[in-house]
Amino acid sequence: MKITDKEVDYVALLGRLHLEPEEKAKYRAQLDDILKYMEKLGEVPTDHVQPMAGTVELYTPMREDVVRPSLPIEEALANAPAKTGTSFRVPKVIE
Amino acid sequence: MSELYEKTAAELGELLRTKQVTSVEVTRSVLARIEATEARLHSFVTLTPELALEMATEADRRIAAGNIGPLTGIPIAIKDNMCAKGQRASCGSRILANFIAPYDATVVSRIGEAGMVILGMANMDEFAMGSSTETSHWGPTRNPWHLDMIPGGSSGGSAASVAAGEAVVSLGSDTGGSIRRPASFCSVTGIKPTYGSVSRYGLVAYASSLDQIGPIARDATDLALMLNLICGHDPMDSTSVPIEHPDFTTFLTKPIAGMTLGLPREFYSHLDDPDVSRVMTDARKVFEGLGVSFVELSLPHLDYGIAAYYIIAPSEASSNLARYDGVKYGHRAESFDGMIDMYCRTRAEGFGAEVKRRIMLGTYALSSGYYDAYYLKAAKIRTLITEDFKSAFQTCDAILCPVAPTPPFKIGEKIDDPIQMYLTDVFTIPVNMAGLPGMSIPGGFSTTGLPVGLQLIAPHFAESRLVQLASAFQAETDHHLKRPVL
Repeated sequence: MKITDKEVDYVALLGRLHLEPEEKAKYRAQLDDILKYMEKLGEVPTDHVQPMAGTVELYTPMREDVVRPSLPIEEALANAPAKTGTSFRVPKVIE
Repeated sequence: MSELYEKTAAELGELLRTKQVTSVEVTRSVLARIEATEARLHSFVTLTPELALEMATEADRRIAAGNIGPLTGIPIAIKDNMCAKGQRASCGSRILANFIAPYDATVVSRIGEAGMVILGMANMDEFAMGSSTETSHWGPTRNPWHLDMIPGGSSGGSAASVAAGEAVVSLGSDTGGSIRRPASFCSVTGIKPTYGSVSRYGLVAYASSLDQIGPIARDATDLALMLNLICGHDPMDSTSVPIEHPDFTTFLTKPIAGMTLGLPREFYSHLDDPDVSRVMTDARKVFEGLGVSFVELSLPHLDYGIAAYYIIAPSEASSNLARYDGVKYGHRAESFDGMIDMYCRTRAEGFGAEVKRRIMLGTYALSSGYYDAYYLKAAKIRTLITEDFKSAFQTCDAILCPVAPTPPFKIGEKIDDPIQMYLTDVFTIPVNMAGLPGMSIPGGFSTTGLPVGLQLIAPHFAESRLVQLASAFQAETDHHLKRPVL
């Protein structure tokens, strides 16, 4: 197999996904199939090719550094699963 | 005399302008149609009939005051991944099942300013990841032409609603074919504009360098009206391009004699379905009759498009979907042990299998040790594919090819085999990789009566050429006039 159990665990952790053991096995097999298919790309010589980030010429549009109205706090908090005052409430991050 | 819900936006516009009907009457006709067919089709995630009638009443007030635009009073369905203030946008996912958009996407603002009537949010593959609308948390949408078949995806609800008369026009989004494929499978007309033509502000991101919003309609005329409405630079989207778009309706009656269409041999060598082959041959005859010549050409890196896409898109998605963490909006798990566990359980509960698969694939491809072999390699292939198209367009005005390798297939047939599903994107993906505009138009039907679309691809910002070709084709054929019996 191209992808090891340990790599599946690592990738799931990076992606913040909890997986049950049967799921791990299933995804491992499917990802393995997909990665095997990706080996095709090795057939193409690309040493002198520039990678493409986007399809149009990317540039950074600038504007004046002037404060503009943004989403009001109550609206920003309207969908929050948990809130306190003007903040989102989350489990303790730092012990 | 057809029902109001069966008419095109252009036809309805004429009736509204001449005060033969009101927007409320048109909207009621569409809502009644939805009531008659929606239980079988499931095109919508969220239906908002009261809001629709309010918007229709407002449109009628505007029209009476003499303030009527080309699309005022026309009912539209919006794909469930676009923000309409105060409406739920679930992106076909459990993780956003309770998310109410706090602002309007730019396209939704434009729809509102035009006085259109929003019917509701159309069903889609979860977070636009899929080719069949089977990964929606809310269940699949069915093909109006044959209820056991997929409508295509990921904008399946957007296409099915227009085909069935449950919407006059709709908006979809296309990252690897998600407008063109359902348009083909439902026998309607859909376009993915050039990347950067339509603002992505308020479109929930899947793969930011590939996503583009586009309209689905019953013919090229309605598509041109919609393109006029939604194309244009938006300062809120820094990837939208500051280019002036033409009035697309001026291309509807331009003759196409003298144009050249390219036939990429790699597309045609992949074609072994007899129905799709027949539709392509018939289409070629129609275009030849209209004075178009053909040239065979090569897109040598076409075969690598799927592999490159299924690295780039999941990589970008793994980053874009990191925001679904149970903190700011959406689902949060009830029991967890600390912050990281909250994230892990929230996302495990909130995301479906295809989304998880792509997040893991993307995370793997971007992780240290693998970045060069996968993401960087795919980004280089992307350059080669784009250069292939640039060369191709030196010898032709547009490319003619299939949309999908087969007619629509059965719900459940490919969903358990990810690679089989991915391979159905072979003709649509390269267009997104290069950022080109691509249109799907009804091309005919299989021997069992299932729709088969044609794809036309043009150079960057040459959507007008696609409108011109589609309009000429539709003046000569009647596939786009057929309606499913429901």
